[in-house]
Parts: sequence; C-alpha cells; structure tokens
Amino acid sequence: MSSAQNVSTAHATATKAVSTRDSILSLRGLTVELPPDADRRHALQNVSLDLEAGRILCVVGESGSGKSMTAGAILGLLPEHVNATAGEVFFQGRNLLALPDDELRSVRGAGIGMIFQEPMTALNPLRTIGDQIGEMFTTHTKLSKKEIEQRVLALLADVHLPSPEQAIRAYPHELSGGQRQRAMIAMALALEPAVLIADEPTTALDVTTQAQILHLIRDLQRRKGTAVLFITHDFGVVAEIADRVAVMQHGVLVEQGEVDAVLNHPVHPYTRALIAAVPPLLPPPARAVSQDIILDLQHVSKTYRSGGWRRRRVTHAVSDVSLSLPVGGTLGIVGESGSGKSTLARCIVRLLKIDQGQIDFQGVDLAKLGKRAQRTHTRDVQMVFQDPYGSLNPRKRVGELVAQGPIVHGVPREQAMARARELFELVGLDPQSLHRYPHEFSGGQRQRVGLARALALGPKILVADEPVSALDVSVQAQVLDLLARLRVQLGLSLLFITHDLRVAAQICDRIAVMKDGRVVETGTVAEVFGAPRHPYTQALLAAVPGRGWQPPAADRAAA
Amino acid sequence: MRDFLTRYRRNPAAVVGLFLLLGVIGLALTADLFFPRNPLSLAGRPLQWPFTNPNLWLGTDQTGRDIAAQIFHGARVSLVIGLIATVISIAIGVLVGALSGYYGGWLDDALMRVTEAFQILPNFLLLLVLVAVFGSTLPTVIVAIGVVSWPPAARLTRAEFMSLRNREFVEAGRTLGLRDARLIFQEILPNALPPVIVYASVIMSVAILLESALAFLNLSDPNVPSWGNLIGGGRGVLRVQWYVSAIPGVAILCTVLGVSLVGQGVNDALNPRLRHR
Repeated sequence: MSSAQNVSTAHATATKAVSTRDSILSLRGLTVELPPDADRRHALQNVSLDLEAGRILCVVGESGSGKSMTAGAILGLLPEHVNATAGEVFFQGRNLLALPDDELRSVRGAGIGMIFQEPMTALNPLRTIGDQIGEMFTTHTKLSKKEIEQRVLALLADVHLPSPEQAIRAYPHELSGGQRQRAMIAMALALEPAVLIADEPTTALDVTTQAQILHLIRDLQRRKGTAVLFITHDFGVVAEIADRVAVMQHGVLVEQGEVDAVLNHPVHPYTRALIAAVPPLLPPPARAVSQDIILDLQHVSKTYRSGGWRRRRVTHAVSDVSLSLPVGGTLGIVGESGSGKSTLARCIVRLLKIDQGQIDFQGVDLAKLGKRAQRTHTRDVQMVFQDPYGSLNPRKRVGELVAQGPIVHGVPREQAMARARELFELVGLDPQSLHRYPHEFSGGQRQRVGLARALALGPKILVADEPVSALDVSVQAQVLDLLARLRVQLGLSLLFITHDLRVAAQICDRIAVMKDGRVVETGTVAEVFGAPRHPYTQALLAAVPGRGWQPPAADRAAA
Repeated sequence: MRDFLTRYRRNPAAVVGLFLLLGVIGLALTADLFFPRNPLSLAGRPLQWPFTNPNLWLGTDQTGRDIAAQIFHGARVSLVIGLIATVISIAIGVLVGALSGYYGGWLDDALMRVTEAFQILPNFLLLLVLVAVFGSTLPTVIVAIGVVSWPPAARLTRAEFMSLRNREFVEAGRTLGLRDARLIFQEILPNALPPVIVYASVIMSVAILLESALAFLNLSDPNVPSWGNLIGGGRGVLRVQWYVSAIPGVAILCTVLGVSLVGQGVNDALNPRLRHR
C-alpha cells in the first residue's frame, strides 16, 4: 500500500478514479471503538475489505454485527463517542480517516454517494425533491440554475420516476416509498460518484418495490460503472444483487468471497448457520389438515373514514373477505403493506369493530357479541404481535405480563404465576427470569414472552401478526420452529400474517393472498407457490429476492 | 435507579437546585426549634433593620413581628401550599387528560372545551374570583390554586395517552380481556407519568408564586405567617424599609428556583439522550 500512502494534493479534483489497481475502496485493519459503557469494546475489529471498481460487494450480518458502522466509518459519519482507532480507509489513494473535515466533505456525495434505509427520514419534508437533488450540484459544482434543473430532470428520468417534471416539484410526502427511494438514489448518483454505499436501501420497502429498486441499482451500476457497497441482512437480496459477499458477526469479518462460493459453499460455521436459517421458498411436504372449520369469516368488511365532514376520505381496509381456518391448521395471510392483512387480524381479535359480515367461531358470531361476552371470549382467540419491543409493557415484570390474562379471567394469583412458570419453560425461557423486566431480554426472547402471554389463556386460535419480521434471521428460524412445535403440541389453529413469502411457505398449510383489502387468491401452499393463478400472486412470487437460489441447507429439518 | 442518580449528580444546576430545596425544607422542619413562639406575635419595636439586634437578626416588620421567625414558619406554609395545590391540579389534570386521550371522540371534545374554558381566563384572574367568592382561608386558597392550574397537566397527559393508547402492549392488554379502567391506570398511566411528574415542578413553583401574589394584594389568609403576607405588609414601607419585602422575596426566589432546577434535572436525568445538547 506504499503508493496509496502517497497522499494526493488537497486540490485534487474529484473526478473518476484513474487507478491501475482494481480495488477502488479498501479498508485495512479498520477498528472502531465503542464508548466504555457499551456491551462490547469494539464495533468493528480489524476489518479489511476491498471494493472493486464496477462491482457490487454485499456486507451481510445480523443486527449488531457492525455492518452499518462500516458504512459510517468510511464516510466519517460515526455516532458520538464512537471513533475509528486503528486501520485505514483508502479511497482514490487517500486515507479518509486522516482527512480533515472540509476535505472529507468534498468526498462525501461527490466521490462516495450514500443511500439510507428510510427515504422518508433521509429526505427533508419541507423541501421539494428537485431542490434537494439540486443542492448536490450547488454544493459541489458551479453550474447555473438552468443547467442544474436539466441535470436533475435527467437524473430523475434515469431512476425511472414517472413524469420527472412533476417529481422535481413534488415534496417527499407526495411520493410513494419506492419513488422516494428512487429520488434518494438519484441524489446519491447526482455527481456520478465512483462508489455508492447503500445501507439496507430496500428493507423498508414492499417486496415488489424492493425488486424494482434492486433492479434499478443493478442497472445503474452496470451503466455507470459505479462500485457499490451494499449493506443488508437479507440473504435473498444478496443472492439477487451481489458479486462479492462479506459476512460480519459481532464486528468481525468472518468470511468473504465471490457470491457463488459464499452462498453455496459457505466455510465459516457462522455463515453456514445463517444460510441454514434462511427459509427456502419451496414449501415442505403438506401436513394432513382436518376438514373441520374452527373459524369462518363471511363477507367481512372494514372501512376507515377520515377527514372532516365535507371532504371525507373513505378507505376500504378490508372488503368482503371470506376465509376459513381448519381445526389445527395454519392459514397464512400474505400481502404487501396496505393490503389490509393487519386490519383483518385486528378485526378477528376484535381490537377493531367490523362494519359488515360475520366471524363465526364454533357457532358463535364473534362480531355480534356484547362487551361482556366479548371479554370472556378473548380467551379463545389470542394474538401475538409484531414488535417485540412495543408489545410488552416496559413497566411490568414479564411474569406479571404472562399471568395477567388468567388473573383477570378469575384464576387465583398463585395459580396464574405457576402457570406462567410452566409457559416459560414451554416457550424455551428460563423460569427463573419471571421477575425480570422486558428490557432485560433480547428481541427473540421478548417474542417468546409475547407468545407465553397469548398462550396463558389456553386459546384455541392464535393470530400471529408478523411475529418474526422484526427478528434476525437465525432468531426468526428458532421462533418459527417453536410456533410449529406448539401448534402440534397444543392443538392450536394458527392465523399467520406475514409479508415474507419464504416464511409463509415454511409454516402455512393454506395461503390467502390479499391486495387492497381483498383476497385475490386462496389455496394450499403447494397450489399457491407451485401454480399461482392470480397475476398479483405471480408478481409477488417473481419479486421474492433470490428466488433462483435454494439455500444449500439440510441441517434444518422442515418443520 | 442508580443510573438515574448518577446522571442527576452530573448536572451541576440540578445539584444546586436540590440544595436550595433541601435548605427550604430545612427551614420548615426547624421552625419550631428555633422559633417556638407564635411568629405573628409582637417581638419588639417595629421596623428594626436586620443585623442591628442580636435577638432579632433579620429585624422586625412594620407591626413589630420577627421577620426571621416568619421566614422559617413561612417556609412551611409555602411548601404546604405548593405540594397540596400541585397534587390537586395533577390529580384533576391526569384524570381529565387520561379520559380524554383514551376515549377520544365526543368525550374528548367535551372535556377539552372545559379545559379551554379554564385556559382562556388568565389563571390569576380566575384565582381572584374564586377567593373573592369562597373567602380567603388557607384551605380555600390552596384548593383555588389547584383548580386554576390543572389545564396544562391535562393537555400533557392527554397527548401522552393519545400516543400510547394504540401501542401494541395496550392492544395486547385489550386482547387479554382487560377492562378499560385497568388499561388506563395500570397499563398506560405508568408509562405516561414521567413527563407529568416533571411538569409538576412547574406547577409547584407557580402555586407558590400565585399565593404570594394573592397575599401581596392582601387577599390570602392573613392568619398564617406566609411569605406573601410579609411582602404584602412591607408594601407600605417599601421605599425606606425595603428589607421587609426583600427578605421574603429572596426566600420565594430560592424556593421557586430550587423546585424548577430539580424538576429540570429530573427531566434531563430521565432523558439521557438529551444530555449532550
């Protein structure tokens, strides 16, 4: 690296890298130290990476692996009290860690562009898209107003935003999530940077939008020859987009190599475990499911009305949905955000009142019950929530949270606590931890607490609203296995709501696909995944990232 | 809890506030020890300057009462007024805010109109009206102060409830079959309370100031040795014997400052992310 240390002059213009070396951005022994009160000493430890010109390097890891810190360290955008203490980051022959602030600023945006996870918060809500992209030019170049507008229009056309003339004057809230991310990409690419860093750019997006954005990034990268450092937690995305892969665990780079080698022949045990935890898209052999129906929805509709009394906006969140859940079976409801799947779940547990239709549970129409009867019926239908952090009251001990349900239904306290203890064992938690508070548990453990709480009332039906989507892939696999075990052990019928088709394929017996509040297709998993009939189902399946790649795992038996 | 104390201790302003407040509490606790006599009884020649008479080291007011004794006993009155009025106003505010924020709809509309009715009147004016109508004994003054200062607490609680009522842990409670009262008081309220508690310190300072303002206008209870009464009494001799009003003024300043700094310190210690601003 002796030639690289030959620091170029401060007045070097940020043009395309003219380098004989293949690697355009290289990290050498990068170590980032955390403040003393953190749970570990280093955010990154001795990380060495090479990003080659014109290729896509995916950095994969679970939460806390330090993958986002890597991006932050490169651009000098680390949180307060977190500093790079050793190593170098070479970009176009300069060590970025040693650059003074004002020189680093000229690298940011011009030399290295960045896209963030959440385009809504990364964009300023009070300024138009055109204004914000134009700012890239006013900061880094001396173009005239007219020229800037021309460039911005060209960029917006480049990222395939429909009608760039309108988009340039639009405010962020007027665009959809996918469009905002396109605008962010346009902004990042405005000055044709040699390197683009993308930090989970598609995580907040729906699967079909995600497929489009991935395609766009791939396409732009090919056309402009940009090198892309792509940070993600999703192996499907890796399979879709990467040329090279680097796997991180606890701030250490455990494995890197060409995409085919890492995905199909992983060497490091951690990589193997991670890949084994990725649910395959192929459904396991069908289980025998009873013909009897435990829950029958007939023409259920739920409409939201908002706004004032003159210009009311009416949203048909759920319209005319008829579904049935067999005894002991698992019905998956899949769909993108806004499809009404969560609203439907909340209607079934009666957090929401339905406008029309009936919810028939063993001959009783749950929708018509009075308040008192409803409370006694809550024990039959219980819910597991999505957010392991938000669904547990932070000011109550977990034992109390689990025992609370039985107690309000008249079980004596002693007995309820004993039951909570049993349930903790059942869901794989230490019964000794009953007296702890939710914040002392990890995400996966909290989700188990939530499950124990739902099971405490001995429900016949469990409604699970995206129970694993906030969890890391390895934890997700454990929780799914637990659910699969419990439904057999306790004879539960499961209503499983998810946006993740891979997860749905693994746990569901039947699947209902929802779009805009309607069920567009139902069938067994094999039918829906094998021969989808509705064009929307086909589009959803086609959009699953890495659908062409089958994780080479045999150790995780199909549940 | 230990984290909380460490963070609190790191904030110098908060520590100063705590000492001021402890000082005032000290005055109140030792009042009977140092001044066992009725502080409103005649102690000597009127209008003696401070530090001229070793027995009456803060001097006497225009009717010959010991100023030091009134300061010590007045600390009790001020703290009692501050505490009880605060409890009253927080109780009303939390109840109104909780119901309003939890149920929404017409109940929210109705309660908020009532709250606004209280808010559009300057609260001192309203206080004057209440005292004029119900008389100016200490209990009525305290209740009146509590009754005029709850609207902001209600609005704060309402906002907290509105953001908390649709959290998943509340929905989870609902799916378990919990009754509304349980959801409101056991699930949501403990999570909504911290900002309200911090706001209580503001109410407490305002309550103490309101009482002094009433006393300055001779509308507070004349039969208790409050700091406000002392200031009000000194009004007539303000141009020459200014110390009669100034000494209790300083006492009020210290109390209000102490309470506010402690409130601010508690707030900062509860929100560690704001520390580095």
